[in-house]
Amino acid sequence: MDALTILFNGISLSSILLLAALGLAITFGLMGIINMAHGEFIMVGAYTTYVVQKALGSVLGDAYFFVSIVLAFLVAALFGVALEVLVIRRLYGRATDSLLATWGVSLILQQLARSIFGAPNVNVVAPAFLGGSLELLGVTMSYKRLFILLLVGAALALVLAILYKTEFGRRMRACIQNREMAACLGIRTKRIDCMTFALGSGLAGVAGCALTLLGSIGPTLGTSYIVDTFMVVVLGGVGKLIGTIAGAVLIGVAGTVLEWVATASIAKAAVLFLVVLFLQKKPQGLFALRTRALD
Amino acid sequence: MNSDALLSLRHISVEFDGFKAINDVTTDVAPNTIHFFIGPNGAGKTTLLDVICGKTRPSAGDVTCDGVGSLLKLKEYEIVKKGICRKFQTPSTFVNLSVYDNMRISLNRDKSVFGSILARKRYMDTKKIHEVLHLVGLDEKSKERAKSLSHGEKQWLEIAMLLVQEPKLLLLDEPVAGMGGRETEKTANILESIKDRCAVAVVEHDMEFMKSIADSVTVMHEGAVLVEGSATDVMKNEKVQEVYLGRGEANA
Amino acid sequence: MPFVLSLFRLTLLAKFVCYAIVALGIDLIWGYTGILSLGHAVFFGLGAYIVAMHLKLASLGTVLPAFMKTGGLDALPVFLEPLRSGPAALILAILVPVVLAFLLGFMTFRNRIKGVYFSILSQALAWAFVTIFIGMQAYTGGSNGITGFADYFGMSLTAPLDMVKLYYLAVAVLALAYIGSTWLISRDLGKILIAIRDGENRTNFTGYDASRYKTFIFCISAALAALAGAPYVPFAGIISPKELDIAFSVEMVIWVAVGGRGTLIGAVLGAFLVSILKTGVSETMPGAWLYFVGLLFVLVVLCLPKGIVGGVEGLRTHFRRCLSGAARAQADS
Repeated sequence: MDALTILFNGISLSSILLLAALGLAITFGLMGIINMAHGEFIMVGAYTTYVVQKALGSVLGDAYFFVSIVLAFLVAALFGVALEVLVIRRLYGRATDSLLATWGVSLILQQLARSIFGAPNVNVVAPAFLGGSLELLGVTMSYKRLFILLLVGAALALVLAILYKTEFGRRMRACIQNREMAACLGIRTKRIDCMTFALGSGLAGVAGCALTLLGSIGPTLGTSYIVDTFMVVVLGGVGKLIGTIAGAVLIGVAGTVLEWVATASIAKAAVLFLVVLFLQKKPQGLFALRTRALD
Repeated sequence: MNSDALLSLRHISVEFDGFKAINDVTTDVAPNTIHFFIGPNGAGKTTLLDVICGKTRPSAGDVTCDGVGSLLKLKEYEIVKKGICRKFQTPSTFVNLSVYDNMRISLNRDKSVFGSILARKRYMDTKKIHEVLHLVGLDEKSKERAKSLSHGEKQWLEIAMLLVQEPKLLLLDEPVAGMGGRETEKTANILESIKDRCAVAVVEHDMEFMKSIADSVTVMHEGAVLVEGSATDVMKNEKVQEVYLGRGEANA
Repeated sequence: MPFVLSLFRLTLLAKFVCYAIVALGIDLIWGYTGILSLGHAVFFGLGAYIVAMHLKLASLGTVLPAFMKTGGLDALPVFLEPLRSGPAALILAILVPVVLAFLLGFMTFRNRIKGVYFSILSQALAWAFVTIFIGMQAYTGGSNGITGFADYFGMSLTAPLDMVKLYYLAVAVLALAYIGSTWLISRDLGKILIAIRDGENRTNFTGYDASRYKTFIFCISAALAALAGAPYVPFAGIISPKELDIAFSVEMVIWVAVGGRGTLIGAVLGAFLVSILKTGVSETMPGAWLYFVGLLFVLVVLCLPKGIVGGVEGLRTHFRRCLSGAARAQADS
């Protein structure tokens, strides 16, 4: 393998990580909520795509995929709203407790998927137009991976636009920076919280939809991503979107490079060890917010 | 500057992401005095305490303590062992422990892990705890959980927890904030009565409280020292009046 | 008790006894000190793996285990050589996890990594560990794990009487662990741990190096987990990466959460109760357990944050207050 191929594979892995972590960057990074069921929201998005393909694939043809991106977002967001209202809202300020409760929810969702779709993995037939690949500078780039890169770019642009160009985004940032003051100014903070959480969860759903392009999906799809995505956000520095991007690129590229010199499992473990070691040096991640708060 | 100072701050500056919270502050705290740091919000008083107790590292300058040398290299708990103890603005006692246990773990003794496992209850310790609790008027509540104390009682417990460590210097951040008239008076009495044991540095807004017990006062404004002197001198000073009245804080 | 149970039930109960030992460790680190570790199964599993490896080597004599042969090894790796000796294996089964805990604790606590960040890091490390254990098939048996041992330090795993003896051994370890933990908590150490949980910064400003205390109790907690792993092997009969998994780590935490964090008896109670429930539900309605345990997580955290013991205590003080209130009302009238 030449360097360019490794680079492309690394960036491709980074884009997948980033897509999975983008929702988490909002719910964990910006809101500070530990949602261990985030991986299961990815799984929900993947199964939504599966259902859409089964139901509408014959009618819409390949266009089903675009419908499923939207639906995956909506369904996962709906799950997010339910989780926020039923559980997370009641555990405000009890971070480790919300970690445990959402872990419980993740178990329920996994079993739910098993009950509905069965334990074995299922396959989603990828749209035909994403079938081939592009040869550029001697690097084979599959259209699927290129599409995911595009999708990440679009999702990122959407998040930034929502955060910085809309009224909702302004209120959201106000809530994050100073909840009490925002409430005093007449912002319905609970509703903003709920909608912000829904946005983060919906993005997880989109990630799940994209993952169906890369392989079969199963009830435990989310568990394989949850550790990596949390590490991406922590490495980047909690509270900074730019950090999440940097974290995803670093972990993705490092993982691909190490995989080239060692076995897959060793590479995976080595990346995690390296990240943990790095966080010993800089506990607040790549892009730290320095504040005067005591904790 | 006087050479018999207990604590000396020399040219201290602190920056937070480009913002200068403290700019070239030099001052001294003499032994067995009550020294006040006053000034409007954002003057850098609390940050100064942070620097002394090791929570914040200054970008320039030095903090030295009589008989210890520079404090900047030491960690928080090491500074405490050198006899400089701090009370934070919000009451921060250990809410799930009893008043007595709060005091007990504050005692000045071996604070290593194995020391804490092997420590025995000694009569002298218990006597000392009750003596200090008596001083702040909490000896009858020694079995209650700190959780159930009132705001004022928590503040006194915290002062007692510092006193039982037999400090050389006590740093108090707004000890009477949120207290009523009678509680403030009692706090003033407590501070007066501990002056012969240690020096006390107080950050405060309450002018009446300051007037009643301050031996010396440092007025700070926008991260720098404005005036230093006795309470009456300082309050007569025109610059001080301007800073306070100019900012609309007419409580002086 | 053991004599009226079938052998199957006995081994099950013995496993729960081992779980209770782990729960004590989890309670020390989480219930008392407020540090949520999501990787304790690694310490438990590591202890169990080391003992299992010894049993495997001992039962085969000079023959190499099958998974090593298929993995391409033609001689026992040097670092596994000490495990041929029983006493060495038992010592290493405790020592290795404790050293691991020390390294992790020393680094992260000194660097002020705390709260959920520590939980996430411990989870990531556990994940890395499991990945390696599955990947290094030649040394660990891969995802199949290690199985097929005939006896346990001279006791036969098929003879019922020997199993009863082993059961009592596990109970004795639990009793010792309980007494030891109770003693530790009754010292000033126990109060300092609670102080760290309530306000770590304040503890530092009281003159304690909180990170040393945290590292110490993390090591003790890891030692308890490893101590449980050693007697667990004969009852489980197989040790696989499932025993190292994050899911198992979180299950350990739920034992303590259900029983009551911050009380040692609650931890033991919770370990038994949840495990008995798990067996009961899985036997009658297979598949329903995950719904059940998931709901248990949510409900305990939302409705009974102090667990059963805390809940009972809360009721007791409530009743006492009601009673004294009633008495006062009567005296007034």
